[in-house]
Amino acid sequence: MTSITPIINGVAVTVEVPDRVTLADTLRDKLRLTGTHVACEHGVCGACTVIVDGLAVRSCLMLAVQADGAAITTVEGLSKNGKLSALQDAFRRHHALQCGFCTSGILTTMHALLLEEPDAGEHRIREVLSGNLCRCTGYIPIVEAVLEARAAYAQAESGA
Amino acid sequence: MPMLAFRLATPRVLVDLRRVSGLDRIHIGEQGVELGAKVRWRDIERDTRLAVAQPLLAEAVRHIAHYQIRNRGTVGGSLAHADPAAELPAIALTCEAHIVAVGPRGEREIPAAEFFLAPLVTALEPDELIVAMRLSAWPKARRFSFKELSRRLGDFALAGAAVFFDLDERGCMRALHVGAFGVADKPVRLLETEAALNGMRPEPAAVAEAIKLGTSGLEMRSDIHADADYRRALLETLLTRAFDEAMQRSPS
Repeated sequence: MTSITPIINGVAVTVEVPDRVTLADTLRDKLRLTGTHVACEHGVCGACTVIVDGLAVRSCLMLAVQADGAAITTVEGLSKNGKLSALQDAFRRHHALQCGFCTSGILTTMHALLLEEPDAGEHRIREVLSGNLCRCTGYIPIVEAVLEARAAYAQAESGA
Repeated sequence: MPMLAFRLATPRVLVDLRRVSGLDRIHIGEQGVELGAKVRWRDIERDTRLAVAQPLLAEAVRHIAHYQIRNRGTVGGSLAHADPAAELPAIALTCEAHIVAVGPRGEREIPAAEFFLAPLVTALEPDELIVAMRLSAWPKARRFSFKELSRRLGDFALAGAAVFFDLDERGCMRALHVGAFGVADKPVRLLETEAALNGMRPEPAAVAEAIKLGTSGLEMRSDIHADADYRRALLETLLTRAFDEAMQRSPS
């Protein structure tokens, strides 16, 4: 067992983890942050995507011990004070989710993308979305929601 | 990590290199480019200097896996994993890169042609660690192309091809290098294609004949996604397109 202290959604959390447990399993089973979903467990489906030090990564391909000291944002960290983020709100209005299993991974991925590239075009959004499998929506409403949410990120970046 | 998840690998000891400094350096000099083992795909994508200093590498990296994987996947990891369908081993082999390894007996440089031995098997000793990959300097006027086909964006390629050459003042190809991946149990150079075309003009008929010559000797992989005949036809098509694109692309 190793003691690690990642900063999860803005709060430093110390937790004891077995050396070979993934970050995904630690988030879900130890910290009860079950918004992070686990499906393929080998880095293909994207459901477990979280943001580690600003980058969208697969939490099933990281061991929890590798996250010691890292700043982690999970889907639970996207909304503030019970209010949906602009991206989440756009997903709701565009019906960009049906069963919702893939949604947390898509939200975290698109959040990280738009923080870095608020002007990402449809082609770029689709390219990045290729790392998240969704079997319900056919992606069109997801792309529409992300395109719409860009304005909020551009505004935040310009400091308005 | 997928190897652990599938229980294909059960190493007794796992070492995380996160805190080892100096391995994430990209050095671009007159001799060429050196990529540290911890350089991530993302770093290569975002380094605008590499688009000029190693354009074939920069183009190949865009085909690697997905956004989230490119945020973490590294040069050293890909070389050590040695997947026969992976892009970087193919670039290393085609570009005659050298892989720098360090172990208890010191440092050694392994030519890519001697590094990849079989699927997921390399010349690395159990107590050695990759620290860098060295690519020689890229002439500005060099022609190149990188082509691959996968069933979905980000999937491993069913087949892929990398081609580069220089054109002399008579319009003949020099220093032609032709690589293929995803088709055999490791990345391969099509040496017969190279030998047939080096010093020749890139006429379509001659290129087509040389491609056939190069692929005829390959023992093609066959799996549920593509049988051997399909893979051979696919590789020939990709190589034809690669030669076309290399010719049409105006040198930077």
